[in-house]
Amino acid sequence: MPEQPGKNAIEVRGVRKVFGAGDAAVAALDTVSVSIRENEFFTLLGPSGCGKTTLLRLIAGFDYPSAGEILLYGDDIALLPPFKRPVNTVFQSYALFPHMTVSQNIGFGLEMLGKPKAEVKARVAEMLKLVRMEHLASRRTSQISGGQQQRVALARALAPQPKVLLLDEPLSALDYKLRKEMQIELKRLQNQTGITFIFVTHDQEEALTMSDRIAVMSSGKILQVGSPWDIYDKPADRFVADFIGETNFLTASIAGIENGKARATLKSGATITASVADGFQPKGEATVVVRPEHAKLVKGKAELSGTVENVVYFGTDTHIHVRLDGSDDLFIVRQQNARSAGCGFETGDKAGIAIGDDAAQVLRD
Amino acid sequence: MATAEEIARAADQRDIRNRWYLSAPAMLTIFFAAVGPLAIVLVYSFLTPGSYGDVKWQFSPEAWVSVLFERDIFDDTLSLAGAHMSIFWRSVKLAIVTTIITLAIGFPTAYFMATRSEKTRDLWLFLITIPFWTNLLIRTFAVLQIIRNEGIVNTVLMKLGIVSAPIQILYTDVAILIGMAYVYLPLMVLPVYASMEKLDFRLVEAGYDLYASRWQVLRRIIFPLVKPGVIAGSILVFIPAIGAYVTPSVLGGGKNMMLSNLIELQFGQGRNWPLGSALSITVMLIVMVALLVYVRNAGSQEVRHG
Ligand SMILES: Nc1ncnc2c1ncn2[C@@H]1O[C@H](COP(=O)(O)OP(=O)(O)O)[C@@H](O)[C@H]1O
Ligand SMILES: [Mg+2]
Repeated sequence: MPEQPGKNAIEVRGVRKVFGAGDAAVAALDTVSVSIRENEFFTLLGPSGCGKTTLLRLIAGFDYPSAGEILLYGDDIALLPPFKRPVNTVFQSYALFPHMTVSQNIGFGLEMLGKPKAEVKARVAEMLKLVRMEHLASRRTSQISGGQQQRVALARALAPQPKVLLLDEPLSALDYKLRKEMQIELKRLQNQTGITFIFVTHDQEEALTMSDRIAVMSSGKILQVGSPWDIYDKPADRFVADFIGETNFLTASIAGIENGKARATLKSGATITASVADGFQPKGEATVVVRPEHAKLVKGKAELSGTVENVVYFGTDTHIHVRLDGSDDLFIVRQQNARSAGCGFETGDKAGIAIGDDAAQVLRD
Repeated sequence: MATAEEIARAADQRDIRNRWYLSAPAMLTIFFAAVGPLAIVLVYSFLTPGSYGDVKWQFSPEAWVSVLFERDIFDDTLSLAGAHMSIFWRSVKLAIVTTIITLAIGFPTAYFMATRSEKTRDLWLFLITIPFWTNLLIRTFAVLQIIRNEGIVNTVLMKLGIVSAPIQILYTDVAILIGMAYVYLPLMVLPVYASMEKLDFRLVEAGYDLYASRWQVLRRIIFPLVKPGVIAGSILVFIPAIGAYVTPSVLGGGKNMMLSNLIELQFGQGRNWPLGSALSITVMLIVMVALLVYVRNAGSQEVRHG
């Protein structure tokens, strides 16, 4: 996807958040800066405990940053209470009001904004239709299923037409099939409403399939921001490459960088061409990564060689685990499955691994 | 040989019999501690007073008549017993005000406790229960020491020159209210805290997120969700408050009678045990009616369900 600089809905500038004090202090966010564009489906992706919820809570106003600014369309909102921010949240646990009906839940925000009764009613009806919950309008929230609660939580947060919608792992409590359905539903809602979504997940597949842009986080820092394609194909460092999808890590000594290409000599003695990110000057030993689908298993000799240890069938493709000669490392090759043909290799076979010119990248550790 | 059906039926019967054996201790306790004494009080209320206390075993509705009416000594006509009425009303009023005061103080206290960290919560809970360790009489006299004319409150006020003469608090209704609110406060705090602790504070955040101000969050989210605790606390305070004896006697100085003082009078100096019994049952009836009205109203605003 091409970069389209647009208006920024949210700008986070140098935000730190420290919990506790003295020796017990934990920096949940360590100087984070990121801009989120208008109408964008933006995802915060990272392992549990990396600070995703903390960042979302700062934007929502449930917590205040220890340092830094949070701008909403240019205005610093970092210290405003949550009820003064045109930002709504879909909570991980949904947090529906148990003493109210589905309709009352959805209308709550509008009612608190002091909208006239007729307007609230019309908007609630509209929202119920949007999330396809008309038939359950007068149910208690404890009398509907998890997926339905999820829809109500969405409708409730969308009803006041916030400038930005925050979603904290909203799908993590749903089973696989429902989750897939809701992923599509969320994309539809975002297209239909044109509201900026900031979506939190620890599921890289979810992030890749849903997002316009992704910020990968680790230990309170943002490591990389980019389109799913950028993040997957041009990971900024070893952590990102490891976290997103499956990757083979090789150690190589680097020599002769030219036009963003380096010559990397692997332990097996073979030399391959690997791309190097702008401004990165690797010296000596460095990590080279190859995605499993970018390598090819061949019968004869190739850049790497080894013994097939495992053939794992996945339906659409097959993963072949190869124990590399001269080291204990496993290398995984992914092959698309063709109709009526096996992968051509069996456990114990000797095989070569061909790595094309574009396949390998040298990464920061 | 017994068929399966017969065995099942025998097991059922055994089950029923076992249930009776098992519930016997509870039944006995209820009988001796509640139903029995109550029945005696009820029977006594329909008897004739004896000359030196006690009762004569002779049926008479007189006690019940004099709960509400006064008999004219000369022409035997009945008129509403103004003294009793005002005592009933005073007791109900003081009990209601006590309940409101304990709620006004207890609700924020419970909220404060429930929002502390897990560890400090237990400490606060412990502190709240400390007064229970001390005898009621001693606690009441402690209050007396504080509010009497030479007590700490008046001394400080006079030293600071805020008042020139001590404020008469002791032996007024204000004194009774201070004492009862102090004594019954834990009975409000504990049940309210119990519901508050179960409150999911993410709902509070959701409220703020949806543009509710602090007051609206309190009224629309926190209060409805902790209402069971508020109802329980109000009942726990109201019932003992309406029948309170020690606190009104010590702090009220016996000038203005409460129901309990009136009842005590009948069993003591008044030597009218049937009237005392009838008054006791009247208190129970007042409590029951008050609770019915309260629970009905509190429950209907928002239909709760578990
Ligand atoms: N209220 C808090 N008090 C202390 N530490 C906290 C608090 N909230 C979060 N943290 C810490 O901050 C870090 C980031 O947490 P969080 O933002 O919840 O991560 P994520 O949502 O990515 O799983 C964690 O180490 C967590 O323990
Ligand atoms: Mg989280």
